[in-house]
Amino acid sequence: MSLAEKYPKEVKQILAKYPPEHKRSAVMPLLYLAQREEGYITKAAMQDIARMLDISETDVASIVGFYTLYHDKKEGKYRMQVCTDLPCALRGADEFLDNLCANLGIKVGETTPDGVITLEAVMCLAACDKAPVFQTQGPDGIKYHENMTVDKTMELIEALRKSSA
Amino acid sequence: MAHILLRHRDIPDIHKLEVYKKNGGFAAFQNAVTRMKPNEVTEVVKNSGLRGRGGAGFPTGMKWSFIDNKNWPHYVVANADESEPGTFKDREIMESNPFQFLEGVAIASYAVGANAAYVYLRGEFWQIAAFLDEKIAEMEAAGYLGKNLFGTDYSLKIYTHLGAGAYICGEETAMLESIEGKRGQPRVRPPFPPSYGLYGKPTIVNNVETLTNVPLILANGAEWYKSMGTADSAGVKIFSLSGRVRKPGNYELPFGTTFRELIYTYGGGVQDSRKVKAIMPAGASSSLILVDDEKVLDTPMDYASVRTLGADLGSASVIVIDDTVSMDWLINKTVHFFRHESCGKCTPCREGTYWMSHLTERIHEGRATRADVDLLLNVAKQMQGKCLCALGEFSTMAVVTGIERFRQDFDKVVKA
Repeated sequence: MSLAEKYPKEVKQILAKYPPEHKRSAVMPLLYLAQREEGYITKAAMQDIARMLDISETDVASIVGFYTLYHDKKEGKYRMQVCTDLPCALRGADEFLDNLCANLGIKVGETTPDGVITLEAVMCLAACDKAPVFQTQGPDGIKYHENMTVDKTMELIEALRKSSA
Repeated sequence: MAHILLRHRDIPDIHKLEVYKKNGGFAAFQNAVTRMKPNEVTEVVKNSGLRGRGGAGFPTGMKWSFIDNKNWPHYVVANADESEPGTFKDREIMESNPFQFLEGVAIASYAVGANAAYVYLRGEFWQIAAFLDEKIAEMEAAGYLGKNLFGTDYSLKIYTHLGAGAYICGEETAMLESIEGKRGQPRVRPPFPPSYGLYGKPTIVNNVETLTNVPLILANGAEWYKSMGTADSAGVKIFSLSGRVRKPGNYELPFGTTFRELIYTYGGGVQDSRKVKAIMPAGASSSLILVDDEKVLDTPMDYASVRTLGADLGSASVIVIDDTVSMDWLINKTVHFFRHESCGKCTPCREGTYWMSHLTERIHEGRATRADVDLLLNVAKQMQGKCLCALGEFSTMAVVTGIERFRQDFDKVVKA
């Protein structure tokens, strides 16, 4: 099913934001829409968007490849993205991530065996005063989790596991 | 003193339309549209001394006056891509005082004759974008956005556009490329956006904090605004304080407040009562200010004074480094950030950040010699002045000042 058939209202709203002669501008919001359910963008979805906007599939793929919040591979249902940049690192972000890895039994970049969490280290999230901080990227969008501890994070993961079961 | 930007700290519920209105909200916009010519609005902003809060500090009114009136339509783009490690101020404004920001966008749009404005938010601000969409809808319903505003022939729509995780999109021409549905890679400048911007049309790009100043400048006048801050840096600034301090956070203070006041009076001092070793006043892009003398902390934070310390105030994202931190570790962090965020368009930045990261890693892991440190300094200096945009330049600042001002930290970790 094409995006326009699946999400007619959203697609219309997105296209209305930009001048009709510049509909290519809609590529980023359409990619978010395509990624919503599965957490990644399929080749078919890229072709669909390319057709809708009259651009090449390569153009769409180059956008997916350039921006870090788009994914072209299936990973865990939730991506847990921990900021380890300088200001966060000065407030213990690296130790937090190490401890989280130990608790989950996975390395950075890996997914838990139940497929719920993929753990990633990311660049600055603009929450330097609330480190350790991470965002979860999943079917319900992107959410911030600030002033976190490993215990609080494990509780959150349990809740995500329950809701995914 | 009452806040000018972070007004939600004084006025609860200012994110509600009725509360914002009751506190003078939208009066400046209505007055501008119904009683002032666009260039009169620009003139007030010019006279206020307001300078861009995104980091470059360019005079805002002057930028608006550069809009090319021979080429139409015009656009305004609000830069809400806030991605510099150490800055988190625009987020607080949008989350808590959204209408003042949106009114600033509206006034800027009127001043430069734009009928459409885009707020470009970093993709991580997904929830904030949804919140702003609600606020924009409320303004439309109340007649502050839409067609024929206040019975005039002026019309305005504001749209949000989400990025998707790319620091470089905070560079204004990369941002325009991104809105156009392309990879966020900077354009060669000139031409600058006021003559060739979004879709090739004249465009004004301003930071969120900059725009949030505008409604109160129009309401209270240029003289009122200039009465705060210093001669070269008028008004107030939100200082994002982070790093090894007890109370990190956003502090809205007049320009000219000293580092000491920010760190000790507001920030509660250094964690574990350690000594301040260095300060990065402009986030990860910053030069490292050497604090070898207590007097350095008494430097006023304004554009001109910070320059005397061999650094720029930039976006005033003040990262405090204490004496437990070694600079070989620090520059390894910042260089890896820039290597990851380099867009790949120009060779000096793409290759320079790559090779610098190999060297900082080798040095930090104790596998390097003195010659490697000299080589790193050389690579960084070779990059300076040769990159297409400021990102490449930024990546070298901590490296060069780190090695030149804290050489002993590197001597300790290299092999004999």
